[in-house]
Amino acid sequence: MENKESIFSPKIIKTFLGPLNQNNPISVQVLGICSALAVTVQLKPALVMALSVTIVTGFSSLIISLLRNTIPSRIRIIVQLVVIATLVIIVDQLLKAYVYDVSKKLSVFVGLIITNCIIMGRLEAYALGNKPWPSFVDGIANGMGYGIILIMVGFIRELFGSGKILGMSVIPDSLYQIGYENNGLMILPPMALILIGVIIWIHRSWNKTLIEK
Amino acid sequence: MNWLRKKIDAIKPHFEKGGKFYFLHSTFDAFETFLFVPNKVTKQGSHIRDAIDLKRTMSVVIIALIPALLFGMYNVGYQYYKAIGQEASFFDMFWFGFLKVLPIIIVSYVSGLTVEFIFAQIRHHEVNEGFLVSGMLIPLIMPVNIPLWMVSVATIFAVIFGKEVFGGTGMNIFNPALLARAFVFFAYPKQISGDLPWTYGLTQGIQTVDGFSGATPLANAAAHAIERIPDNWTLFVGLIPGSIGETSKMAILIGAAILLFTGIANWKVMISTVLGGLFMGFVLNVFAVNPFMEISPITHLLMGGFLFGAVFMATDPVTASQTETGKYIYGFLIGVIAILIRVLNPAYPEGMMLAILFMNAFAPLIDHYVVEANIKRRMKRWNQTTVKS
Repeated sequence: MENKESIFSPKIIKTFLGPLNQNNPISVQVLGICSALAVTVQLKPALVMALSVTIVTGFSSLIISLLRNTIPSRIRIIVQLVVIATLVIIVDQLLKAYVYDVSKKLSVFVGLIITNCIIMGRLEAYALGNKPWPSFVDGIANGMGYGIILIMVGFIRELFGSGKILGMSVIPDSLYQIGYENNGLMILPPMALILIGVIIWIHRSWNKTLIEK
Repeated sequence: MNWLRKKIDAIKPHFEKGGKFYFLHSTFDAFETFLFVPNKVTKQGSHIRDAIDLKRTMSVVIIALIPALLFGMYNVGYQYYKAIGQEASFFDMFWFGFLKVLPIIIVSYVSGLTVEFIFAQIRHHEVNEGFLVSGMLIPLIMPVNIPLWMVSVATIFAVIFGKEVFGGTGMNIFNPALLARAFVFFAYPKQISGDLPWTYGLTQGIQTVDGFSGATPLANAAAHAIERIPDNWTLFVGLIPGSIGETSKMAILIGAAILLFTGIANWKVMISTVLGGLFMGFVLNVFAVNPFMEISPITHLLMGGFLFGAVFMATDPVTASQTETGKYIYGFLIGVIAILIRVLNPAYPEGMMLAILFMNAFAPLIDHYVVEANIKRRMKRWNQTTVKS
């Protein structure tokens, strides 16, 4: 019992907070950019995508961590892929069943979660060498770190690109009447790249330890 | 002049280290060096300093832009009175255009310089003088109907993402003025394409005389309405709809003469851009399958912003190729791509903006290969001479 850690020990909390700030998968490690560009035109798909990725990273980390002592290391990538693919298919089917319109918008990008570098990276780097509970926390936290950026970019792009948030108009008509117009550049993929760049810029000027010497 | 110098010297200590306005030292420095040529000397090593510094260089470019600006103002009035079918004197037309263009210039300078001053202050830099020219170029490549807040947003975007993120004047990859135009072009396409934006009042729905269309010559060409393109002389003089400063090739050539005479702009880039345009025009003539492709290369040069881009944008010393051979390649490809986009891509009636931005991105690559080729050639020569002896 002595060496058994409590489920919210400081170490676990550190594992949880790392990917949200110091070790963010998008703004620090620059992983999973393609999907961040593709699904952030509106906030709703971005939210669903963030949730899906969080679930897949969390549970695949948990499963791989449970299996970590029985997987022969030569075929570990295949095993990881099978686990991730299974989870992605489950998520895909759930989305099709409950939020069909969003599922249509996300199209291939749900399937492409399988190839999201963040998930494989966490399995290789963390889940294969750690106990199930920390691995699960690590997976969830990385998914959330990815999700936060997605939601921020999706929010800005939908607000300025189509004047809406979650499909509801938030910019008053009076503003349009005096000449305001939605910014068409926000809807184009390059703007997502610029916004992620800005987020990285702000993140680094706020957290000075990230600046390379 | 002397009392001004004394006045500045009197307040100077407040802005130096330890003074109570130290936090504004960049701002003070900017105004001081703008008013007087600084007498700074280098502290170590020997450097050759040109008599003309960056601020003075920029002023010459502004002077070169003035003919295009004045003509642009006159043309704004001319097109307006033509649209509503009224007679007006030269002075009326000019005054009308002056009142429409001046706000755009003011907005462009105020928003751009605000960003510059903020960044200079945060980073403890000198204020970059590069914006003096960009701030004048931006209004000249906008349509007269552009809402002022869009000019402001585009300018702020261009200065931050075109210049400041790369480290300020001299470090930028893309021409900031063109970036501002590209921003408006992609963000608010309605305001900068089609037939309406080029004549004042058309987007606000003023009453026009029958038969008036605000279509630019290029829009007519893209629609294969070749008979509506004015003759070359009208295109050259520039009484045609278009962005504020681009219409008069005559005024642009006066500017080009000033730039070349003072040695500020590079003649190699200008000549090769024009040659590239003529070359592509000829090639398209040979393979012509529609009326647009049959337009003579000379007319191509006189339509749209080709000359304006070649004289004032392509020659930007920061974003152009740095090597001498590279400048020929860079300019030539700008000319070729501009005409190519113009004729073959129906979505973009004018290709000059995209061609220059595209080649801006390629300029370092061109330089790299020019330098490599030079090294290779000299190595070969060196090897031969050493083998002989």
